[in-house]
Amino acid sequence: MQFVGPVLVLVWKDLLLEWRSRDMVVSVLFFGLLVVVLFNFALDAGSQQIGFLAPGILWLAFTFAATLAMNRSFVREREQGGLDGLLLTPVSRDAIFLGKAFSSLVFMLLVEAALLPVFAVLLNFSAFSFTLILTIVMATLGFAVVGTLFSAIAVQTRSREIMLPVLFFPVILPVVISAVEASTTAIGVRPGGRVELWLALLAVFDALFLVICPWIFGVVVEE
Amino acid sequence: MSGGPVGYAIKVEGLEKAFGDRPVLWGLDLTVGWGECLGLLGANGAGKTTLLRILSTQVKADAGAVEVAGYDLRRRPDSVRRRVGVVAHDTFLYDDLTCLENLVYYGRLFGLEEPRLRAEEALERVGLADRAIQRVRLLSHGMQKRVSIARAILHQPPVLLLDEPESGLDRGSVAVLEDLLTEWTASGRTVVMSTHNIEMGFSWASKVGLLVDGRIHFCGGSDNSNPDQFRELVATSLGAGSAAS
Repeated sequence: MQFVGPVLVLVWKDLLLEWRSRDMVVSVLFFGLLVVVLFNFALDAGSQQIGFLAPGILWLAFTFAATLAMNRSFVREREQGGLDGLLLTPVSRDAIFLGKAFSSLVFMLLVEAALLPVFAVLLNFSAFSFTLILTIVMATLGFAVVGTLFSAIAVQTRSREIMLPVLFFPVILPVVISAVEASTTAIGVRPGGRVELWLALLAVFDALFLVICPWIFGVVVEE
Repeated sequence: MSGGPVGYAIKVEGLEKAFGDRPVLWGLDLTVGWGECLGLLGANGAGKTTLLRILSTQVKADAGAVEVAGYDLRRRPDSVRRRVGVVAHDTFLYDDLTCLENLVYYGRLFGLEEPRLRAEEALERVGLADRAIQRVRLLSHGMQKRVSIARAILHQPPVLLLDEPESGLDRGSVAVLEDLLTEWTASGRTVVMSTHNIEMGFSWASKVGLLVDGRIHFCGGSDNSNPDQFRELVATSLGAGSAAS
């Protein structure tokens, strides 16, 4: 409870704040939709081709939306010194990190759940696939963990809006590639693909990030 | 929450801190006993806030030994955090949460039993019980500061660290704060408070320290044998402008 309790308190606080302001959820939803619509027009593809491109477009939209969401994650903590207040409590730095990461995960999953049916219609694929949903959950976990770390780093710099994507995209690339490959099979673009291989890779990345990122976070926030 | 009234509440030996090439504190020695209120005076940039941030574990010292509430700051920072309450320039509050929600949030992070009850008591103590369900965003700056004081005393820390706590407070709020500090030290707990207000420093503190160029140059009781001479030294060090404040 000494570890889980503070994590849940942080998640409760972040979700309550988001529910009250709704500034992030609206902008991230709108941005995600915009990306898909723009790709639709820019690629000018027919219904057959757009289905083939769907996994790539889907994950680009999710990745960009995640960057936007992550940018806000620690900005709110900087206002009125909330992060300092948090660090003055006896809660372990690991618990603080996981609390922030899990609140980002819950938030992004909610946004993705809202976007997925719309994307399915626009990109002409079926969203009712257990493998696709599992892929989304696993990849979003990777996004949330890595994004939380880099958001904590970026918020301490002057050019945080630029800093976050510069740090985030290169590290998250293996997760995006794995997610696109797994989704390609999951939505039937490439039947018979080795989806379990890509899911295993996602699991390895998630586990790796869950070990490394809290440790780096502890170092980063100690002054 | 008890800190154990053994030895000093705060013990600092040879403390050094620099930001880049600029030394802020060096060779600083300081002891504050249980039940004492130390008033820290000093001009802007003297290192008052840095010293308080080091004592509260927010900033790491470059060198020196620091003990707060009997715990070594380097080895047992979590134990220190449980035993200090901090009022800083920032309120550490979330604008879109109510006063009560903010305090319950911190109460839970401190692992308090019945955090809601404790939060209500803390708000009552700073005279804001009737604002409990109002969002912090809608409060005046002075009221936000009072909620911040309630946050600092929520877990009943044996050591209170206050950075210019009087700034932004009206006369009534200052009286509430004075009562609180009197109660705190009367119960054997310790307060370290930085201020630019010389009169307040002398009337509230049982001991006054003057930080100049990173060191505490004078440190004595406000009821020492020659308080007028000490006040004059402080006023001279801070300059005429500060002396008037």
